[in-house]
Amino acid sequence: MNPTIGVLALQGDFAAHVAALGDAGARAVECRTVAQVNAVNGLVIPGGESTTLLRLLDGTGIEGAVRALVARGGAVFGTCAGAILVARETVRPAQAAWGLLDITVERNAYGRQVDSFEGAVPGGPFGAAPLPLIFIRAPRIRRVGPGVETLLALAGEPILVRAGRVLAGTFHPELTGDRRVHRAFVELCVARGAEVAGR
Amino acid sequence: METATGTLRLKTGLAEMLKGGVIMDVVNAEQARIAEAAGAAAVMALERVPADIRAHGGVARMAGVSKIREIQEAVSIPVMAKCRIGHFVEAEMLQEMGVDFIDESEVLTPADEAHHVDKFAFRVPFVCGARDLGEALRRIGEGAALIRTKGEAGTGNVVEAVRHMRQIMSQMRRLTTLRPEELMAEAKNLGAPYEIVRLVAETGKLPVPNFAAGGIATPADAALMMKLGAQSNFVGSGIFKSGDPARRAAAIVKATTHFADPKVLVEISADLGEPMVGIEIDRKPEAQLLQTRGW
Repeated sequence: MNPTIGVLALQGDFAAHVAALGDAGARAVECRTVAQVNAVNGLVIPGGESTTLLRLLDGTGIEGAVRALVARGGAVFGTCAGAILVARETVRPAQAAWGLLDITVERNAYGRQVDSFEGAVPGGPFGAAPLPLIFIRAPRIRRVGPGVETLLALAGEPILVRAGRVLAGTFHPELTGDRRVHRAFVELCVARGAEVAGR
Repeated sequence: METATGTLRLKTGLAEMLKGGVIMDVVNAEQARIAEAAGAAAVMALERVPADIRAHGGVARMAGVSKIREIQEAVSIPVMAKCRIGHFVEAEMLQEMGVDFIDESEVLTPADEAHHVDKFAFRVPFVCGARDLGEALRRIGEGAALIRTKGEAGTGNVVEAVRHMRQIMSQMRRLTTLRPEELMAEAKNLGAPYEIVRLVAETGKLPVPNFAAGGIATPADAALMMKLGAQSNFVGSGIFKSGDPARRAAAIVKATTHFADPKVLVEISADLGEPMVGIEIDRKPEAQLLQTRGW
């Protein structure tokens, strides 16, 4: 069965994730409300501005719905700003975070837009072919807690990590044509088969 | 790992990250902090907002270096700044200062009456205004990573932004209906690069994100532009020329996200204070229009 995967569509590059998840075989839907989050098997939190996302999330109950999604066996994938939201701790500047994954993330840690960069690393668990990487005003994962697995690293620093059903990456697989990371996330959603809440 | 900076993919990538967001004009650190706290996805650092540029007259130029630095130090969100049309040295200075996006803007007094900046020569991405599809595709042909409507800045009147967005969207729809051999003549009519015309005919959309700007003053205006196909909103004088900038800014941010939900729009539009006083554009002599700047 194709899972239904939501993309938090408050602000950021949610449309690119919806397209990427579609390519990867999922039914992808935009989520702006608690009810929409309650109806999915997995959720992507896209890139964007984390301060904007926090402001738009404030008072909506969506954070609780995401926790409930993880509790009922669903999967969560945070990219860039999304990785900042799912982290235990965010530094420079410090701001609120959900603590779904035991990592510490530093915001805009490579510099301003003129320092944004692209490249490729060996695909690691996604196969030998080089995986294209795009970093845009990207954060850096400064600490990885026990029980958090590093799936991909760049110059010795983790850039894609996972613990259980929560995944976080500092780059933008949705902006390349390589769908291996999204396919792996879709499989994670299928493998655990989250029950849809309220049915 | 071999890395590359300043690629088109990185430039349009930052524009992708700004989607569903609001970019707010600010003239000092205090306004920048208010904008960030209200949920702005980016700020535009300016010496004066467009309404004041209109009122003051004279030559409007790139903001001062210390002004831009003050704003960069005040916030963690992207900081944009404007250069004059064709003024590539102002653009080089903005890039040197680490501005995240440059707006080659008709709001400032043009520095060149025939040529825009060669935006491929820069690592920093550019946004440019357009009134129709031909203008949008010329700017993309010069390397713009983001297009916005020109609207009529500093008026608090959304009518021109609506006209420009409808024009661009309907011209793109028309392109998708043409046969391949008709595209060259259409490229000539539009005054646009043939290869980009062909790309738009295939995909039905611009190859870069498409935002709205120029006269947006209320949450309803912001939602209207999203419904017409904008992917984000630039708001200039509409926020800091209103009665309660912090509340209005937060409401316009929410309206840009929940544009399809009238119930939310009603909730956030209550008790917003006075909007900026608008200007009717058909009472404005042609010489005072900003949108006719750029070629």
